[in-house]
Amino acid sequence: MQQIAYFIQKYKYFLFFVFLSAIALGLTINNNDFHKSKFISSANSITGGLYEKSTQLTEYLHLKSYNKELIDENTLLKNQLDLLKIRLDSATEVTVIDSLKYHQKYSYVAGRIIKNDYHKQNNFLLIDLGSNQGVLSEMAVMNSRGLIGITDQVNKKYARVQSILNSNSKINARLKNSFHFGTLVWNGKNYNKVQLIDIPRQANVQIGDTIITGGKSTIFPEGILIGTVQEINHNNALSEIDIKLFNDMSNIGYVYVVKNLDKSEIKSLENTENE
Amino acid sequence: MNKSLYVTFLFFSLLLLQVFVFNNILFLGYINPYIYIAFVIFYPLKEERFSFLFLSFLLGLFLDFFSDSGGVNAFSLLFVAYIRLFLIRVIFKKTSLDYLLFNLRNEPFGKVFNFVIITIVIHHFLLFLLASFSFNNISSILFQTLYSSIFTAILFFLGTSLLRNKK
Repeated sequence: MQQIAYFIQKYKYFLFFVFLSAIALGLTINNNDFHKSKFISSANSITGGLYEKSTQLTEYLHLKSYNKELIDENTLLKNQLDLLKIRLDSATEVTVIDSLKYHQKYSYVAGRIIKNDYHKQNNFLLIDLGSNQGVLSEMAVMNSRGLIGITDQVNKKYARVQSILNSNSKINARLKNSFHFGTLVWNGKNYNKVQLIDIPRQANVQIGDTIITGGKSTIFPEGILIGTVQEINHNNALSEIDIKLFNDMSNIGYVYVVKNLDKSEIKSLENTENE
Repeated sequence: MNKSLYVTFLFFSLLLLQVFVFNNILFLGYINPYIYIAFVIFYPLKEERFSFLFLSFLLGLFLDFFSDSGGVNAFSLLFVAYIRLFLIRVIFKKTSLDYLLFNLRNEPFGKVFNFVIITIVIHHFLLFLLASFSFNNISSILFQTLYSSIFTAILFFLGTSLLRNKK
């Protein structure tokens, strides 16, 4: 007994060090697991609030680029609207169902990024939307230029977004001009480039092709822009395609969170399939 | 100055500086100084080390809260806090009697330089290794450690020389 007491007395600092480092390492390991990173996240009111204050201070510096982005998006939407108008005019008879509401599968909420990371291996963003605005975990986050990430931890006022620049992100993506699909991952090297893997060999991929989201998940609508093909590496059985993102991930301000209105229906169907 | 007041001031000023200033520098896109390591360097030397270890752990943990990085900062800062006493014993040849009067300002610059550089390099290496969580891209971890260490060291010595001239 005295031996044990003596041992503890002698190595008390070392034991304390081991105890604390076990906590730290445990948290690190949990953070690399998508569904377990519960304890340490910046989506709490203290860190979220501080980040919001600092964003309010620095936001003015980016107003110019935000304006340009908005104008670009408006032009795109106006063009699409005119296309639709022409189609509606040529239709002889329009049934009086509120077709817009009937077919609506997704709804969008606009928010602001209050913390952005892009230089680490596992990057997370913070947005000023939370469960008060109806944002839940596992919803798509995008802006007018393309895909940004998936919401992860959510509290009342803030949500943490797992960026596409995160080595744990795996997103279904496909070519715009064919229906061959693959998985979008990030190797952690360059924040302008992501990688598309598992694309079938018969897919005819050319440099400069556009890559969009595949719509094979309940999170993303089909057709969100991602980037263009920059380099194709056929060095082994699995071809890996480098994709240059449309978004400059170091400079993003306002985003949309996409809610899938049919998510529960799709999920319930998938569950019955498994049984 | 009162020691506990000094430590509290050091703790919070380094935390806020790191989160809101130095984490946004991103020189050449990815090189950041991690200046909060000054906490381990400046914390008063004492025989009793529980509070020192715990505060270092806590500072790292708070930084992890802000940067969503699990327990990466907490572990690396705790580790250098733990080995600080060994480094001081080896580099400055101090015994436990000298701890009370120990002050980095009264030591020769060469020894202080070695001490600071070793602390910074060990801390940064652990930080980047744990953050990438694999040995696959060890070369990029080593390069990041090298560049960020140089950056942190330059800022650290500039900062301390500025503060010293004032007094």
